[in-house]
Amino acid sequence: MANEIVFSQNHIPGIADIATYLDNGGYQSLDKGLGMTPDELIEIVKESGLRGRGGAGFPTGMKWSFVPKDTPKPRYLVCNADESEPGTFKDNELMLVNPHQIVEGMILACHAIGSQQGYIYIRGEFVEHIRAVSGAIEQAYEKGLLGENIRGTGVTVHLAVHPGAGAYICGEESALLNSLEGERGLPRLKPPFPAVSGLYGCPTIINNVETLANVPHIVNNGARWFRQWGTERSPGTKVVSVSGHVNNPGNFEVPLGTPMMQIINDLAGGVRKGHTLKAVIPGGSSVPMLAASECDIAFDYESIAAAGSMLGSAGLIVMDDSTCMVWAARNLLHFYRHESCGKCAPCREGTDWLYKTLARIEETGGSESDIDLLLDICDNMDGKCFCPLGEAAIAPVISSISKWRDEYLAHTAHGGCPMRREP
Amino acid sequence: MPLLPESTQRIRAIAARYPHGQSALIPALYVAQGEQGSLSDETLAEIAGLLGMTPVDVKAVASFYTMFYRQPGGKFVFQVCGTLSCALCGAEELIRHMEEKLGIRAGQSTPDGRFKLEVVECLGACGSGPVMLLGDRYHHNLTPELVDSIIDELKTAPLPEGLPAPQVESAGKPER
Repeated sequence: MANEIVFSQNHIPGIADIATYLDNGGYQSLDKGLGMTPDELIEIVKESGLRGRGGAGFPTGMKWSFVPKDTPKPRYLVCNADESEPGTFKDNELMLVNPHQIVEGMILACHAIGSQQGYIYIRGEFVEHIRAVSGAIEQAYEKGLLGENIRGTGVTVHLAVHPGAGAYICGEESALLNSLEGERGLPRLKPPFPAVSGLYGCPTIINNVETLANVPHIVNNGARWFRQWGTERSPGTKVVSVSGHVNNPGNFEVPLGTPMMQIINDLAGGVRKGHTLKAVIPGGSSVPMLAASECDIAFDYESIAAAGSMLGSAGLIVMDDSTCMVWAARNLLHFYRHESCGKCAPCREGTDWLYKTLARIEETGGSESDIDLLLDICDNMDGKCFCPLGEAAIAPVISSISKWRDEYLAHTAHGGCPMRREP
Repeated sequence: MPLLPESTQRIRAIAARYPHGQSALIPALYVAQGEQGSLSDETLAEIAGLLGMTPVDVKAVASFYTMFYRQPGGKFVFQVCGTLSCALCGAEELIRHMEEKLGIRAGQSTPDGRFKLEVVECLGACGSGPVMLLGDRYHHNLTPELVDSIIDELKTAPLPEGLPAPQVESAGKPER
């Protein structure tokens, strides 16, 4: 499709193989990019306005510029491929279908930050993806696109795959670094930020898969070309992962600013026959839910924020009128309780109490005061957790209570879920 | 049971690729689990020795990550996603069906040790739910009929030695 960047080559059979990738313009950006100074490379990415596609949306060029220039220490690039945010499966497809695009982006990013060693940290369940990316790296070494003095440019870049082992928290960048060092995946205190002190105490930049996949295209075509899509503050495209109650779930790359209902109805086929839209979670499970009446908005960072939620990782979970919102919140808290690393008390205890209280309301109705209890627990977690996981866990609770309080009350009146389908 | 010489060799080779050998711990645990199916205290101590760590530090890491097994479980482990997107597409009903089919509850293994059923958190394949991971393969858009045929086929399949694990040796900086 005309509006695709990182998915623009997905239709080419065999694009995961280096011969096909090279035939289709693959690794061309290295001729231009490795010929630039690191500062020039950072500048072009800054001008493009590319923002991190992993969830936080931080400007990528600016992040790269935080690496100290005069450090005697080695610098590292880490590609975060620990994709585990419920509702998000874009890096999944990017790695399986077009792994060389990621390798190419990593080489450029390494040059920009002066790093000779990059790691791609892939969640352990993605065995096939680990195979695909490892194969791409191996082929790139064979062609002299990785290693010492790439294509005679004097630039040296080594890449390696590192597997995760089943821990959502390792998607948080400092926890990922601990995991990569062979530790438990616990988040680190910031500052110092990884750009100053990251992997092995050395300056480290951590970028998401989709972010890095955009870089070769920006280098090839320029910042202005990239800005033909999206909005002033959200330039470019975004891969939106649509899941849940839609007829045609999947990944869709769209210009940022595309109407959200167009993504749901035209691309994802709309909600199932005989049902109506009830709610969406626009940016992966860690962002507040939106009611159907709030969904006539543009899909970009600022519009979703104005609606009271976040673009996050663009994992768009669609729920139709058959969904019990207490059940949905309970399901997500089961996830956060399991994935809390246990380092800080507000998250470790809070997620457990939130889950137990939601389970009580859903199973037996609980009491009206349980609703206040939930909000009180959320208040005791808000701004008080060590890392963003705890803050994420309260989003489904607060948003579901504020928008569907009547459903919570119906549970209390009914002595359990009025919508529960019996086994 | 000590690790096979091939396994210790693989672990040493992986460790040599990192600036700090401890970084090889997760890959090393996969190598051991791939060979033995689960991670005994004895194996963890052996890995600690190979990587210059204390056994308690290795144990802390092995117990933190859900993909490592401290106890032998089923030879075929069904990891069914129970998180929201899959649940919206019928994962709860599918899990109940599998419990009945296998005659066990989620979290248990069959008495003969052939099958284990686990409900896991988001597998990152939400667009084709319900999904499950079986060995190193994802199975998408599952229905009761589909899992029945998978289970029936595995009832007579030859038992694997260890557990399938990601391999990372093939790519990366050559050994130094």
